[in-house]
Amino acid sequence: MDMTLLLVQLLNGLQLGVLLFLVAAGLTLVFGIMDFINLAHGVQYMLGAYLGVVFFGATGNVLLTIPLVLLGSFIIAVVLEHLVFRRLYRADHLSQVLATVGILLFVTELIEIIFGTQLYQLPVPQALDWAIPITDTLQYPVYRIAVIVVGLILAAGLWLAVARTRVGALVRAGASDAPMVAALGVDIERLFLFVFAVGGMLAGFAGLVAAPIVAVESHMGDQILILCFVVIVIGGIGSIQGAFMGALIVAMVDTLGRTFTTDIMKTILAPSAADTVGPALASMLIYLLMAVVLFWRPRGLFPAKG
Amino acid sequence: MAPAEAVSPSTLSERPSLLRAGVLSPLLFIAAFALLPLVVAGGDGAFLLTIAARIMIFALAALSLDLILGYGAMVSFGHAAFIGIGAYVIGISAEHFLEDLALTLPLALFICAAFGLLMGAVSVRTSGIQFIMITLALSQMAYFGATSLARYGGDDGLTLWSRSTVFGSSILENDVAFYYAVVVALALCYGLCALIVRSRFGRVLSGIRQSDKRMSALGYPVDRYRLVAFVIAGAICGVSGVLLANLTEFVSPAYMSWGRSADLIIILVIGGIGRLHGALWGALILLGLEDAIPFVFKDVLAPLFPADGESIGASLHAASLTIAQNWKVVLGPILILVALYARGGIVGVFSTRKDGS
Repeated sequence: MDMTLLLVQLLNGLQLGVLLFLVAAGLTLVFGIMDFINLAHGVQYMLGAYLGVVFFGATGNVLLTIPLVLLGSFIIAVVLEHLVFRRLYRADHLSQVLATVGILLFVTELIEIIFGTQLYQLPVPQALDWAIPITDTLQYPVYRIAVIVVGLILAAGLWLAVARTRVGALVRAGASDAPMVAALGVDIERLFLFVFAVGGMLAGFAGLVAAPIVAVESHMGDQILILCFVVIVIGGIGSIQGAFMGALIVAMVDTLGRTFTTDIMKTILAPSAADTVGPALASMLIYLLMAVVLFWRPRGLFPAKG
Repeated sequence: MAPAEAVSPSTLSERPSLLRAGVLSPLLFIAAFALLPLVVAGGDGAFLLTIAARIMIFALAALSLDLILGYGAMVSFGHAAFIGIGAYVIGISAEHFLEDLALTLPLALFICAAFGLLMGAVSVRTSGIQFIMITLALSQMAYFGATSLARYGGDDGLTLWSRSTVFGSSILENDVAFYYAVVVALALCYGLCALIVRSRFGRVLSGIRQSDKRMSALGYPVDRYRLVAFVIAGAICGVSGVLLANLTEFVSPAYMSWGRSADLIIILVIGGIGRLHGALWGALILLGLEDAIPFVFKDVLAPLFPADGESIGASLHAASLTIAQNWKVVLGPILILVALYARGGIVGVFSTRKDGS
């Protein structure tokens, strides 16, 4: 196995991991605190990318685009919460699935009507548009490293906010026992709204930073949504720490799996058989992992509820 | 088992008035679909029959899901896997010149039941979100497994060269004959599900939904009952896959994507959960809207406005055509409204009595 390739794939995995974490953080809190299955969370990620395309197109300035996208994502999350989610907190999971799929379809199609089906991409910011040489022949883009660093800083900040601040204590208490928190006189509705809006903002930010790396299109949130559900289930629903570890595990298994499974299979199978089995097995790995984790630790690796 | 009904006050859904609705409503549905070919012969008829057959096939799949979701509280987010596996059995058999339903149908039932046994074995011990996610995981594995079948089309899927034969006769090549085969399959499976639900087994399953601890304390092997129900539902759903492959004469991994599994859940939520006939009306509504919304906007609304010029009419014309193409922009809000205002599904809205489930 080639060490340089391994290093590059580790970095790619780390970068996917922090993106997954930014989307999964909101999902796991909303799920953990409000017991709410939000299949429309991927929409926030997609909208963040489109907001980036629109605002960067209008201002041409990266430093202006970032706060505008954050604000836009925040407002969208608040509007969605007021119009739909608020009325469904006490409903059963199936009604939540129906309503959030409705939102997913509506927003996705609306974006397709407005922007068409063509792919968009944000340019990499000029200051970050260069590459670090890893070996004589191989370079790694600085933008991806910046994404990793920003993601890790945000993860640390989020962990500090949840573990050390008063709001964080309420969030943790809410994830552990929401009715009791409400009974103690906390305005749980406002806490819900706050968590929801911050979660939406983080997902929107993830969409923005992904926009120079992946193609911006109306279905870009669908795949990431399912990955994030895998992340939060592996990590333990409602736990920020679990979401972070889950995101890294899922991203690493997925990235390294896609690179090396076929080669590993070739050591035990005929090459032609390995070429068939390898890619399929690589795609299945994270689901296999999730099934195994759920089988042995039904509440995830870092359960939030005591 | 008649005394059991008298002593269980919690099975409100089994009240006489609803029982009558539970017999009338599916009879009405199947009679209407059985009469359709007589009404719409020729021309657009073939097109309408294809739509109607699709509705019945998804009704059949949703029906099997209701058996475990509605009566056993097992929210499977991977039920479409069985549609795909049933379809792939037909597709792969056909590649090996095995095209007769006398062999392929039992084979499909057996393989779906076996996959159900596997999926159930790892999932029935869990509940709630864990159950949802394990079933999702296993169906995603089936999905990626299908995309890797390079020999059988991989990502692109597999085209069938003809419909299945029945004991050597290619009668199903006739569209109307095939349509009636779908009607009969749906009627038989509905009858089977209704029998299962009313049997002792079905009552135990319902009891487990209400309280698995109580049933366990009464000495019922809870997990084994849930597993058997899961296997039966998987096998029945396989029938819909067999029919879908024959209807479209095409098999693809997309049949088992998570979106398809979500569609089956949506059909049940729209129609009404735990009533069997909810699956029928839910499928009619969801798949009906799929064709009705584009039709209304393209063929009814758009012609009302002039096609050219700079007027408001022209922009309304263009808007109608755009919406017809992106019809899900209308479906989305409808689903949201159903979730917000029609709890208990369409069957619940139309039934005279409110019941607890």
